[in-house]
Amino acid sequence: MNYLIGAFKPACNISITFADGKNRKQVPLKKENGQTIMVPLFQSQENISGKISIEPVLGKKVEHNGVKIELLGQIEMYFDRGNFYDFTSLVRELDVPGEIYERKTYPFEFSTVEMPYETYNGVNVRLRYVLKVTVSRGYGGSVVEYQDFVVRNYTPPPSINNSIKMEVGIEDCLHIEFEYNKSKYHLKDVIIGKIYFLLVRIKIKNMDLEIRRRESTGSGANTHVETETLAKFELMDGAPVRGESIPIRLFLSPYELTPTHRNINNKFSVKYYLNLVLVDEEDRRYFKQQEITIYSSCEENT
Amino acid sequence: MMLSGDEDEEKWLAEGIAGVQHNAFYMHRALDSNNLREALKYSAQMLSELRTSKLSPHKYYELYMRAFDELRKLEMFFKDESRHGVSIIDLYELVQHAGNILPRLYLLCTVGSVYIKSKEAPAKEVLKDLVEMCRGVQHPIRGLFLRSYLAQVSRDKLPDIGSEYERDAETVMDAVEFVLQNFTEMNKLWVRMQHQGPGRVREKREKERNELRDLVGKNLHVLSQIEGVDLEMYKENVLPRVLEQVVNCKDELAQYYLMDCIIQVFPDEYHLQTLETLLGACPQLQPTVDIKTVLSRLMDRLSNYAVSSADVLPEFLQVEAFAKLSNAIGKVIDAQVDMPIVGAISLYVSLLTFTLRVHPDRLDYVDQVLGACVKKLSSAPKLEDSRATKQVVALLSAPLDKYNDILTALTLSNYPRVMDHLDDGTNKVMAMVIIQSIMKNSTCISTAEKVEVLFELIKGLIKDLDGAAQDELDEEDFKEEQNSVARLIHMLYNDDSEEMLKIICTVRKHIMTGGPKRLPFTVPPLVFSALRLVRQLQNQDGDVAGEEEPATPKKIFQLLNQTIETLLYVPSPEMALRLYLQCAEAANDCDLEPVAYEFFTQAFMLYEEEIADSKAQVTAIHLIIGTLQRISVFGIENRDTLTHKATGYSARLLKKPDQCRAVYACSHLFWVDDQDGIKDGERVLLCLKRALRIANAAQQMANVARGSSGPVVLFVEILNKYLYFFEKGNTQITASAIQSLIELITSEMQSESTTLDPAANAFFASTKRYIEFQKKKGGAMGEKYDPINV
Repeated sequence: MNYLIGAFKPACNISITFADGKNRKQVPLKKENGQTIMVPLFQSQENISGKISIEPVLGKKVEHNGVKIELLGQIEMYFDRGNFYDFTSLVRELDVPGEIYERKTYPFEFSTVEMPYETYNGVNVRLRYVLKVTVSRGYGGSVVEYQDFVVRNYTPPPSINNSIKMEVGIEDCLHIEFEYNKSKYHLKDVIIGKIYFLLVRIKIKNMDLEIRRRESTGSGANTHVETETLAKFELMDGAPVRGESIPIRLFLSPYELTPTHRNINNKFSVKYYLNLVLVDEEDRRYFKQQEITIYSSCEENT
Repeated sequence: MMLSGDEDEEKWLAEGIAGVQHNAFYMHRALDSNNLREALKYSAQMLSELRTSKLSPHKYYELYMRAFDELRKLEMFFKDESRHGVSIIDLYELVQHAGNILPRLYLLCTVGSVYIKSKEAPAKEVLKDLVEMCRGVQHPIRGLFLRSYLAQVSRDKLPDIGSEYERDAETVMDAVEFVLQNFTEMNKLWVRMQHQGPGRVREKREKERNELRDLVGKNLHVLSQIEGVDLEMYKENVLPRVLEQVVNCKDELAQYYLMDCIIQVFPDEYHLQTLETLLGACPQLQPTVDIKTVLSRLMDRLSNYAVSSADVLPEFLQVEAFAKLSNAIGKVIDAQVDMPIVGAISLYVSLLTFTLRVHPDRLDYVDQVLGACVKKLSSAPKLEDSRATKQVVALLSAPLDKYNDILTALTLSNYPRVMDHLDDGTNKVMAMVIIQSIMKNSTCISTAEKVEVLFELIKGLIKDLDGAAQDELDEEDFKEEQNSVARLIHMLYNDDSEEMLKIICTVRKHIMTGGPKRLPFTVPPLVFSALRLVRQLQNQDGDVAGEEEPATPKKIFQLLNQTIETLLYVPSPEMALRLYLQCAEAANDCDLEPVAYEFFTQAFMLYEEEIADSKAQVTAIHLIIGTLQRISVFGIENRDTLTHKATGYSARLLKKPDQCRAVYACSHLFWVDDQDGIKDGERVLLCLKRALRIANAAQQMANVARGSSGPVVLFVEILNKYLYFFEKGNTQITASAIQSLIELITSEMQSESTTLDPAANAFFASTKRYIEFQKKKGGAMGEKYDPINV
């Protein structure tokens, strides 16, 4: 890791470049130190190829026990910080043990890499992909260089995408029927729907639609659940009467959503919910939460 | 510290305005630097000030107007894509990212208006989307203002016929659809206001709602301005939809206002063609709605329209406007059981005004209205409500004013039936109005039938109505009323004598019921009216033969006799006496001796039996003498009897001077200065001598009783009589007799005991001057006077 480089002057500089680095789309990635950097974007089954160049510092020769590049898919739990779980690990040996006198370039290629999971940066868990170049040395420590990249997998529009329709209520108090046009939305989608008031006996002040993200990590007794409200969108102002129908149109693009992740490698899940909240004049809240699926779609990039 | 409500509100408004200004400032900066993100951010913040619930509509409006002005600047910015670099479609999405609904929708409407202008999407689609999205604001005041903003920005962008946003014929319907929907939603919000908040501030809330009503009504105005709304569309689509909303909202305030709005904003022609639909809604309104004002206004408008041009009148007939209105009013009255009677009546007044203006020739309509009114009135015994009474008077006066002719009213069978429902006082007032109308227009009522109806109308004046409180009568009013009736009787006239007789009989029948207080007022005009007929018959006599029982003077005199007789029981003998004499004179002119004699007999009997007052006797006897003198029809025998009676009564008057004067007046009974008049000089002289004797006796009585001599003036008067007959050639009157009389008077005047009477002196002096004058004039008369010395 970086401190290694900082602690001992590294014997050489390693740089990693991607073959199509100039054309490939770059996306922002938030590092753990809070900085945002731009990294290339890949999707599963792409070829990941490029060059590694190693340049000894100040013309010193570098002895090594071999040079390798690894492609790692890692899950990091924040309560278990520093412990990575690699769900993908591919290795290419680039050089046999020897010495490097001058800048030396190695091409590398991982072809049609399976990257089933997407990059994810959550509250308690992180899933990342990284290229790790290691110049192994017997003494003085190995020289290691990392290059993050982001993976996003686009899914085709689901063949079945039913609307969500439900009638809920509190007896003799409030009965509503709501409908969201779909149950699965892509990241730049629009939620269209309506709320129909069948019975209103309470004085409603307003009604919001919230998008909530529920991230659960761990399993069994160690399950950790974190819920965030990502969007709070006012649907209605004032008190409706029976028979009113209130439209919903919520654009998802302004919000920082990720696709829904279900049981990623048995480590974590990320689920999205639409929470319909009615607030009465005494600030009591009445709500109904419905899960929706978020997916990334090729459409959204057009 | 507690602030009063108003102070609080001022404070909140000031805070709101400050908030708007603050954010508007940053918005302007963003606009100046073409920064879309910032512009959206600050405009949304600015609009958030409109989320307040603390302001009354009035104050909220102030705040709204501030924001409204700022939004115009924002709109300009949105219009210019070069300034913000975002396509209008993207912008339309972008503003919808705002989290709070109110700012979001204001921005959406603003962008939407630019969107339509850009024509990148059909106006219809955008409008539909906007009006639909605005449902999100369910708070009445905020929703009303938001939708009013929508109406405002979309007004010039409706896909109307001839507008640049029109695409095909269908789009007009879209425009209408949009406005109708916005109207419906606004009305719902407006009505809902009534039911929110505590019940005790109901009045305040109603006031607030009234302040907002024009926001709702504006939509109807917009609808009326859409070119494409032709009669067909109005009839099939616009009106039914609007009415549906009006009826369904079940709110008194809204129903009243909106009905009025409909009537005011759409053209008269449309109303006329859709009367049935429009009126059909009326009975469905809430029972408390002031429907009568609404309908009155409608009828006002329609009648103005009808009057505006003769061309439109056939339309009225074609659509049977009257029948529909009449029907609708009936239904409204039936539906609104709690409507006070005054409301119902004023509805009828409006309808009547309408029909009088639109169909002045349709009296049957007028009668129908009155009939309906009677029906309504008969549900209650008598009108108690003074306002209702006023309305009934207005109802009854309207046809009179219109036609200026009572005859028209007389043909209305329901007219008297309406009057029946008035209280007695009002009934009289109304009767007076009728009479005044007749007088003003000099209307001649010429058939007995009409007279019958007329008297039925004014029966309040003709007789005591049941249960009328007599003691409340004001004497002066009563006199005035009865004088009016008397004048009225003279307006009942027909040249055809038979009809006239019928009229007289009818009048008689009615006035006979009038009772003792009225007869002295009403009998004389009737008598004179009958006498006029008599004279008329007399002028055309001979022609009347043929018909069975034609109107003959004889018959009329019989009638008169009976009529005058009634005055005896009143009692009003003096009046009766005068009338008998009038009749006698008329009978004389008709050459009906027995009739004339009969009248005289009646007159004398009256004199004997009923006239006891001495002064009245004097007057009566002079009247009798005067009349008798002119009557030529009597044969000698009858005449003798009557003159004998007259002289006898004259001599039996109480006071000597009266006796004297009556007796010398009797002298004329024997000397009628006509060609073939009676000229009995001897009896003239007898009368005069008798008068002299009485004058003497009077003189002596005065001497005895008062120690002063009596009135010399009697002698002077008698002297004048002498002179008269002397000049007329009565040979019994000699110059020497005159001479001695003059001397007598002269000596009397010089006697010491005579009290000085300047009038008598002057009279005597001028009499003497007259004699001198005659002497000097010469000729035959001069010679005659010659022997007399003064």
